[in-house]
Amino acid sequence: MTGEREPGAQADANRRARVLMKGNEAIAEAAIQAGCDAYFGYPITPQAELLEWMARRMLELGRVFIQAESELGAINMALGAAATGARVMVSSSSPGISLMAEAMSYMAGSGTPMVLVNIMRAGPGLGGIGPSQSDYFQATKGHGHGDYRVPVLAPASIGEAMELMATSFELAERYRTPVMLVADGILGQAMEPVDLRFRTPERQTFDWALTGAAGRPGRVIKSIDLDPEVLERRNLDLQHKYREIARRETRWEGWQLHDADLVIVAYGTAARVARTAIERAREKGIRVGLFRPITLWPFPSHELARLSRHVGGILTVELSAGQMVEDVRLAVEGRCPVAFHGRMGGLVPTPDEVMGALKALKGRVDRIASPERHAHMAPVSRWHEPPERTEAEPWIHERVRRGGRR
Amino acid sequence: MDHSVVFAGFGGQGLLFTGQVLARAAIKDGLEVFWIPSYGPEMRGGTASCTVIVGDTPIGSPVVDRFDAAVAMNLPSLRKFAPRVAPAGLLLMNTSLLGDEETGRSDLVEMHLQCTDLAALCGDDKLVSVVALGALVARTGWVTPDSVRAALREMAGKKRPEVVDADLGAFDAGFEAGAATP
Repeated sequence: MTGEREPGAQADANRRARVLMKGNEAIAEAAIQAGCDAYFGYPITPQAELLEWMARRMLELGRVFIQAESELGAINMALGAAATGARVMVSSSSPGISLMAEAMSYMAGSGTPMVLVNIMRAGPGLGGIGPSQSDYFQATKGHGHGDYRVPVLAPASIGEAMELMATSFELAERYRTPVMLVADGILGQAMEPVDLRFRTPERQTFDWALTGAAGRPGRVIKSIDLDPEVLERRNLDLQHKYREIARRETRWEGWQLHDADLVIVAYGTAARVARTAIERAREKGIRVGLFRPITLWPFPSHELARLSRHVGGILTVELSAGQMVEDVRLAVEGRCPVAFHGRMGGLVPTPDEVMGALKALKGRVDRIASPERHAHMAPVSRWHEPPERTEAEPWIHERVRRGGRR
Repeated sequence: MDHSVVFAGFGGQGLLFTGQVLARAAIKDGLEVFWIPSYGPEMRGGTASCTVIVGDTPIGSPVVDRFDAAVAMNLPSLRKFAPRVAPAGLLLMNTSLLGDEETGRSDLVEMHLQCTDLAALCGDDKLVSVVALGALVARTGWVTPDSVRAALREMAGKKRPEVVDADLGAFDAGFEAGAATP
């Protein structure tokens, strides 16, 4: 008998049917289910399980898995495979991604689709294996040389990472570009319940792929053009493509923004810490909302700019010294104070730390809004005291750009 | 409402495994859960730990500043995590290895259990963390014991079916001890 079930009961059954999966393994399986034809990699913590999962599963499925001799080998093999129109993926962690920078520029220049996953660890240099978001600049402002961008997707949960893997392949093929998916080491190492629902982007036939020229004129994929006029035209085409991506593919998520006086901007794991801090702040009567960029490039600047007209202040939280906060400030253009809180070296801000930073920001915002402010305008220097730094809040920086003071 | 617990001790005490058993039990109960191992440098210092957060809404912060419960299997773990338990939180101490160590806190609910000895009685002292899980579940009720048993059958049964009975026995021994301890 199949009698109808209440939707509530069905939802409950679905929740109980979820599977516990490790981030690295879930990302790998999502890539496989998205139709990844070939994977190239070189082991590095904290993304090793991704490569291990690929090593087992890709061979089971008769697809290509190669553990290259180095990160350089891996990404250049990927470039070659992608030029044939294959669905190609590479993964690594921060120091390994730096080694791949040159090929990223070549792929952007030659229009080869590829998905690169970075399970970020703390730098600079070999750094440590702890979680980090200190590769934001690298991911969004360019890894290699030249005027190029790549779409960068930043999931905040393992389930979302699985969904965004399929999206990454879609974007890569739709726009003929490398795409990055970035997550910090926590998302790679943690386990969460996930639905085993996968998405396989539709296969296209590419009119550029190197598939053998029998019966048709040959095709060429290259990034070199020694004629400046031709090269500028190619660059203009690229810029046109990037504007198109920015217009159509910007993704972000808001939470508790409807009545927010203050907003936290954070992505990935930092956004989850922020959620908990926001719950605690709201218990204390501080109305805070969350603005979570899902695409780091294109950054949701217009949406954040609009929001900044309606809120008293913005706090950016990152697992870094403050990288995304620069894009936040560019978007906000001084319309409200933008504060920052972050930790480095593999440490993660705690909800209580974020609460502390929120309270400090609220103090600033309240002073700006206060009617007595004008009475204190004359002795401007009294406002110049640097924010107090406590042990628990070592990286609070504030810039107040209202009322003629900072 | 979230509940967080850290399982901490030596590598080889089954801490990560036991955390995963709890996580799977939570899913069976229709709850949200987050499992994160300590994968930092401390793994090489001889201690291991994992944090499990169980809740009825999607889990926010994966870092916990105040644990609702801590399971301390050895002295370094007790020293590290006793200060990080929330006031009135539960501290489960494996007195087989901790003896009469003091926590230096008076605002915790301390539960003293000879986990290693109980595990040995159940046939394998490596089941020490499963004993602790039994006591934790008896005391907190965060997940149902039946879900834990089902999760144990799945997880232990997959690799070493011959140890499933010992695992279930260890969980039940811990559960009884936890329910009986004042």
